[in-house]
Amino acid sequence: MTDQEFLEYVQGGGQVETHDELPDEYRAKLIKFIEMHGNSELMGVLPEREWILRAPTLQRKLALTAKVQDEVGHSQLIYRVVEDLGKPREQCLDDLISGKSKFHNVFHYPTKTWGDVGVIAWLVDAAAIISQKALLKCSYAPYARIMKKICWEESFHILHGRDVILTLMNGTDEQRELVQEALNRWWGPLMQFHGNPIPREEDPMYIWRIKSQGNEEARQQFLDGYVPQVWELGLTVPDAKLRKNDDGVWEYSEPDWDELKHVVTGHGPKTEERLGLRRTTREETAWVRRAVLAEAA
Amino acid sequence: MSERAQLLLEIADDELILGWRNSEWTGIAPFLEEDVAFSSIAQNEIGHARALYELVARDLGTTADELAFDRRPDEYQSSPFVELRLVPDWARTIARHYLYETADEQRIKALVESDDPEVAGLAAKIDREEAYHRMHAQMWYDRLKDEPRFVEALEELQPLVMERGEHIAEFADLWDEMTMVRRSVVGATW
Amino acid sequence: MGASRGARGSGVIYEVFRLERKGQPFQHAGSIEAPDAVFAEWYAREQYGRRGESVALWVVPREAIAEIDEFVDELERNYHRVDGYPLKEKLKEARERAGTAAAGDR
Repeated sequence: MTDQEFLEYVQGGGQVETHDELPDEYRAKLIKFIEMHGNSELMGVLPEREWILRAPTLQRKLALTAKVQDEVGHSQLIYRVVEDLGKPREQCLDDLISGKSKFHNVFHYPTKTWGDVGVIAWLVDAAAIISQKALLKCSYAPYARIMKKICWEESFHILHGRDVILTLMNGTDEQRELVQEALNRWWGPLMQFHGNPIPREEDPMYIWRIKSQGNEEARQQFLDGYVPQVWELGLTVPDAKLRKNDDGVWEYSEPDWDELKHVVTGHGPKTEERLGLRRTTREETAWVRRAVLAEAA
Repeated sequence: MSERAQLLLEIADDELILGWRNSEWTGIAPFLEEDVAFSSIAQNEIGHARALYELVARDLGTTADELAFDRRPDEYQSSPFVELRLVPDWARTIARHYLYETADEQRIKALVESDDPEVAGLAAKIDREEAYHRMHAQMWYDRLKDEPRFVEALEELQPLVMERGEHIAEFADLWDEMTMVRRSVVGATW
Repeated sequence: MGASRGARGSGVIYEVFRLERKGQPFQHAGSIEAPDAVFAEWYAREQYGRRGESVALWVVPREAIAEIDEFVDELERNYHRVDGYPLKEKLKEARERAGTAAAGDR
């Protein structure tokens, strides 16, 4: 199959498996995309794990631990796919820690209150699940298949997030204020999350049918699904321009694309600290991997 | 407080704190598959604590969450053995895991024999889950038993197993952080 | 299937198959890296069973699985395929002979 034939095949809905002949560009783009996803799941653990200790009830403690566990599990699924494509897990982790490869903007920011825990599980996970659903039909079948499990587990996270938020909103003024304050801080990163509005015909991820939707489509879906949920609780979105026009399209203040670029290239408020934690714990546990993984069973 | 409540609280506090210490490995365990597995162990421990607190709570006319979070630091019965912060030392973590599961098996099996059907029933459930923990600990023990640092860790921790008495120096800070959200709005539902 | 040993000579890759409920077939669920079969069982149970989503699992070292993806049919054995049985025309002819032509026949 020529590259052109391959392109037509995937654009027609065709899927490929690990041992099929993949165009070099497709393989490279695929690895980079999937690797970034794996990195994001793994880095996403760090902002949330601090709150396991601080969870205010046993139920929340358990639900949060299970959520974070799922995210580690997702990174395991994802890095296995990358490894079968030719890039070993250890190399992925090397590149993550050195800053050579990237992870999503939202995981570079601090979590400051229990309100953040709720907002992340409710809205950040919602934004993520929209992207993830668009991967269920990925042209690379092994990735599409793990997305099914990932989406199923994410649905629990959203339930948990909703439960935390609704409980806070039905509580005291201070608790409602926790949510609003967290929402004010997270709205900017949320609006940047799906990436700049490159038309999907120009987006290699869409062209190769790695993703089945463009960035702006994803963002519109997010706004359509979740702004009403925010408003119905009496919360405000910190964007005076946010409204749905008569065509059903959401208008909003232009997100700060410079900030997004700045953050994902390793300059977020918490980037260094979190990568540093990964680096030191990885060094401290290297002996374990040598002891148990280095030889044949 | 009844003797039953006293004993159950001791186990519950051990499981709560150990569950917390084990969950500190989430996201940073030696490799991803073990990260997922160890997190389940931590969740089971917190779940055991919760079930035990619920039993005691009925006796005392309170709730599991109030027992878990609203006592003063000096009222917790946990052993300093489980309070030790061992991250990022996997050798000592597994050594404690192995030693704890061995010791815990004894006290849980004693409770399975209890005349109190509620206690016996709960203990049997906990024991069935902990059978998996023991398997896990044994699996790691078999793999690490020739590693000098693991042997050293076992020797260091053995004398501390299930010691009761004073909490570790950092316990007050640990309690502080554990209860900070809950105390921020007293009496609220979370 | 990719390489059976994690590419840096680390760990063994195991494939996991899961049974969602009785009556269903075992389906390939994914793969895990583990030091040996004992660890692999633990990890498979956690990754594919902690949320009660499976009633049974098969855990198999990847190298124990032989994949076959080439099937030889040089001489077009159409008797093995549906298109080897062109019935539509023959049925129409038989109905005409019996005077029972159906509305759909032309």
